[in-house]
Amino acid sequence: MTVLATILVAVMIAAAVATSVFKDLMNAVIACAAVSLIASALFYLLDAPDVAMAEAAIGAGLSTAIFALAIRKTERYEA
Amino acid sequence: MRKAAAVLLLAVLATGLALALAAIPFGRDKIVVANHYIRNGVRETGATNLVTSVVLDYRALDTLGEVTILFVAAVGVGVIFFAERPPQRGPRQAASAIVVTGSRVLFPLILLFGVYVFLHGHLTPGGGFQGGAVIASGVLLLYLARREQTLHREALGVAESLGGLLFVGIGLLGLAISGTFLSNFLAKGQPNLLLSAGVIPIIYTAVGVKVGAELARIIGDLVERE
Repeated sequence: MTVLATILVAVMIAAAVATSVFKDLMNAVIACAAVSLIASALFYLLDAPDVAMAEAAIGAGLSTAIFALAIRKTERYEA
Repeated sequence: MRKAAAVLLLAVLATGLALALAAIPFGRDKIVVANHYIRNGVRETGATNLVTSVVLDYRALDTLGEVTILFVAAVGVGVIFFAERPPQRGPRQAASAIVVTGSRVLFPLILLFGVYVFLHGHLTPGGGFQGGAVIASGVLLLYLARREQTLHREALGVAESLGGLLFVGIGLLGLAISGTFLSNFLAKGQPNLLLSAGVIPIIYTAVGVKVGAELARIIGDLVERE
């Protein structure tokens, strides 16, 4: 469990850094969804299934869609 | 210069957070309130999911505030798109057969799962917010598969309003019957049964319908006004 959590946290930090580095905002949104998904898995590992469910449905699902739709209506690339 | 300032600010923030968190004895002794919830939660509220007993019984007023925040957010999105000219939806590229067929199979199951999550909020992990979000993600799948279809806005508005009214109405009933707003005035019943925990399943159903309708509307506003 500790090994799994360590790997997950490492990937999560990498995805979070990628979110801020990517110039293509669509890629940034996907990386952001990965952060949420891993956060949800970590919540589950920490015995917080209620929060894990909310994070998976809202963080990884709906907010990704809302960001993607907002990008389609505005600019895709960061200046 | 700006980068140096940002790093400095971050360092100050991190130090402050570390100092504040260092004083908290994580994982050791629980504070008095937490101990009270853990020992007496099931007996006092009838909900076997202790998170729900806190969210909808001990701190139900906070949940009402949360629902209100989400409502204001949905209204804000609606206002932004209301000002735009009506959309001119040209013919769109149809979704692939896999997405269309998959959505036909999955959408009813997602809907069912969302309803299950909020109906069993007092027994198993989950509740109104999670169930509503699951339902809204099902609506998103429907939008991906059937690009020409639109949501019935009036019906969503009615569902949203009824959910909110039910929540506040039960709160007022509690005020009338037992003297405090949002008090659990129905019989607690036997824990672990679907019909237990008094008003909690009713409020969670209202919250589930409301959150589902609101999030579906936000998605619909974004998808349809393109």
